Amino acid sequence: MSLNERGYFEELSQRLFGALHGGEHLFLNLAAEQTQFLRINGAKARQIGTVADGLLSMTYLHETQDSSGKSVLRKASRNITLSGISYTDRAELYEALAALRREAPTLPPDPYATLPANPGASDTRRKGELLAIDAAPEALLEPAQGADIAGIYASGPMVRAMANSAGLLHWFSTESFTFDYSLYTPSQRAVKATFAGQKWNQQDYSRSLAAARERLGQLEKAPRRIERGTYRAYLAPAAVQEIVNLFSGWATASEASLRQGESPFRKLRAGEATLSPRFTLSEDFSEGLVPRFNSMGELAPERLPLIERGQLRNTLVSSRSAKEYGAIANGAEESETLRAPAIGTGSLKESEILARLGTGLYLSNLHYLNWSDKQGGRITGMTRYACFWVEKGRIVAPIENMRFDDTIFGLLGSALEDLTETAAYEPETGSYYLRQLGGSRVPGALLSEMRFTL
Amino acid sequence: MSDILKEALAHLHRKQPLGAPPRAEWFGFREVRETTTVRYVRDGIPRENDVTVSKGVMAEALVNGQFGYAATSRLDPESLVQAAEQALEQARRASRWAIHRFTVAERPPVTRDYASPVAQPLGGHSPGELNALLVEICHKLKRSPKIIRTSAFTQTVEMEMRTVSSNGSDARQMFSLISVDFEATAQEGSIIQKRTDGGLRGNSRQGGWEFLHTADLWERVERVAEQALELVAAPECPTEVASLILKPDQMMLQIHESIGHPLELDRILGDERNYAGWSFVKKEDFGTLQYGSPLMNVTFDPTVPTEFASYAFDDSGCEATREYLIREGKLLRGLGGLESQARSGIPGVANARASSWNRAPIDRMANLNLEPGDSSLEELIASVERGVIMEANRSWSIDDFRNKFQFGCEYGQLIENGRITRTVRNPNYRGVTVPFWRSLKKVGNGATRGIYGTPYCGKGEPNQAIRVGHASPACLFENIEIFGGAS
Repeated sequence: MSLNERGYFEELSQRLFGALHGGEHLFLNLAAEQTQFLRINGAKARQIGTVADGLLSMTYLHETQDSSGKSVLRKASRNITLSGISYTDRAELYEALAALRREAPTLPPDPYATLPANPGASDTRRKGELLAIDAAPEALLEPAQGADIAGIYASGPMVRAMANSAGLLHWFSTESFTFDYSLYTPSQRAVKATFAGQKWNQQDYSRSLAAARERLGQLEKAPRRIERGTYRAYLAPAAVQEIVNLFSGWATASEASLRQGESPFRKLRAGEATLSPRFTLSEDFSEGLVPRFNSMGELAPERLPLIERGQLRNTLVSSRSAKEYGAIANGAEESETLRAPAIGTGSLKESEILARLGTGLYLSNLHYLNWSDKQGGRITGMTRYACFWVEKGRIVAPIENMRFDDTIFGLLGSALEDLTETAAYEPETGSYYLRQLGGSRVPGALLSEMRFTL
Repeated sequence: MSDILKEALAHLHRKQPLGAPPRAEWFGFREVRETTTVRYVRDGIPRENDVTVSKGVMAEALVNGQFGYAATSRLDPESLVQAAEQALEQARRASRWAIHRFTVAERPPVTRDYASPVAQPLGGHSPGELNALLVEICHKLKRSPKIIRTSAFTQTVEMEMRTVSSNGSDARQMFSLISVDFEATAQEGSIIQKRTDGGLRGNSRQGGWEFLHTADLWERVERVAEQALELVAAPECPTEVASLILKPDQMMLQIHESIGHPLELDRILGDERNYAGWSFVKKEDFGTLQYGSPLMNVTFDPTVPTEFASYAFDDSGCEATREYLIREGKLLRGLGGLESQARSGIPGVANARASSWNRAPIDRMANLNLEPGDSSLEELIASVERGVIMEANRSWSIDDFRNKFQFGCEYGQLIENGRITRTVRNPNYRGVTVPFWRSLKKVGNGATRGIYGTPYCGKGEPNQAIRVGHASPACLFENIEIFGGAS
């Protein structure tokens, strides 16, 4: 049976839960995929292959009572690669359970661990119409001939599932593809694009390539070197996404991060800094592209405003943080990172972007962001791909890459003039350890100033 | 590990019709079984006791000059044969658009074995003992009410890799790896500062518990806490052009980002340009480019005992040897495995590495080291009229051509007239790669050398996080833009 079938996960779960003794609790989480990857460079096949993988995570709680009768929990976890061969997997999981039984009682108590509950199951299955494995090279590469294109195509089913010993089971499966690519001029200037979805359509793919080729034409002019200084700037949605990714990667909206002095948003909470009333950041699962359940089985609200009109309204609170800090859990993952970020739109029309920018920098992408002073909310990063110098509302020339160094309280605060009236969905194409799901819903942002330092 | 790989190879051999041309020019299997154990305690409370067992096989096939792969976690000979057939079929389909006509020379036969040097094997401590030690470290770090957060962490990896191939490879490598870290965060009013032991899991080595139970463990714990407290009372790092001394735990990052990545041949060939980026280095620069000052000597050295990324052969089967990449400042050799060497014609190294069984090998750093010079740390400091010493990376950013970088450190000390005068917080610096390395004025001697590493070098499509090692002495650079934090 395949790892991507719900029945297989259910059967393994039931067997494991059936093997538990009194005072034992178990959470199971499955992440599985069957992916074809095609790596392309210069419109040629650099590497091609498939990966069939599945990891089952077992979080085990050993419950005892202290002398006052209060529950004491000890926690340990094991993650096991599944094969899909049932007798092999069962044997390995029983062995893992035995190891957890031996280990957990020897550990110090975890006062912030939470017992499994069953607030209600879910089952989401998103079928796709994907390219056959054998068809992918021709479908991808033939239309790309004549272009200098590099990128990665990933396609296939993915599963996220969880079950716990309180009887809860969530299932989320999707069949999807992403082709994350860039096109290059002979002078190595590039435009970036992503063609993604659940139904492969060859004509749509050709249109995506044609649109990217058209944009590439704007990069043929000699690049202009921009001096250090402060400029008006427009950040296209993919550039805004990089800032959102920074927030997510560093758990900036996490309650635990705020409490532990790890997040610059503590300045918002303390009233020491503000963001623009135009800026709204939410967790928004309404797209349905990522599961709402977390590894504990808790459901996040469909929409949770985090920053609303520049004010910190909510943080991501896991049940662990709720216990530790006396806060109210809101279905966040234990890492309290963003899973479905969405930034609110503004009033800037697409057709008016250049005119409203006037003279300044049009930045399609940012690259390699990091905190230059996390406590001060200061970030640094580079411009990348199709970035232009604009004068009086007209694109003049592409620019040489620039380093910026500015604060989020400036960029998303006092300098935020407007956001575009529509937001783009920027799909997640990352694949560290396994393919990622979802993406960000982000508009473009018009800034009155952005500081460039190198 | 079982002999299913050989069994699968024999199956494939039997499927070859007699007298017919070979279905594939080459088949290979690489099996990985890796057990990663994380113990993490925050503020004296266990946060993570987690063991991951990852295991699977990558089958590779070469046909019409094109490699294909299929990775599977089904570890029976039949499934491996199916995987190899799928790898073969994909390679065949893609070969019409092959980027290069590879040959079996890019998968040389290897029959060596390797095992990490281990003084105290990783099995030697119970989970309870380890948690007790990490809790104790947290308690020692909490030496003041101003310390608002403490943590202690160990990550161990036991990894066995076996490879067999149709041209005679039959080899095994067994790795024992350990990363140790602890952190203290201090707060004074609205100022918050964090200090770690080596920055970003920098204390990563090959070996066993000897890298946790070091003679100086409690001294380091004390120093981390003290320096966190120092930092919240310290002024901002000044903003000026000055001399800069980097300690080995920051040199690690400087070498990694501004030497390692730009010298990767797959970046120079454009494979990475859609993700990690390209390189300012051109093919014609090898043998000609003066990358840095004549004091700069950089080696690719997978032979250093206990350094994090030592091995006997890479994942293509190429035997690993020590090579100079840069000698007396001149660029000589790239960081590219056999496939990149065949494509570029540039001399490379044995660095085709995969993060696990489910990823194909690409050009990676392994141990990339700056060789020691002849200055003591005291001499480095004494030669500075005004400058800053920086330790332990906390922020890193560099452009996609690996030119314009900006790095931040946890801990800085101001040098005035040849003496350290005070601690400064939020020390940062920025520069451009070649001018920066040409400003290398003094290189510390062996006594200033530190061996570090990280489990988290990210690159590749699909993405791969891999282990790298970096050894370096302390170094002095002149006329560098340094600056502090604040808004």
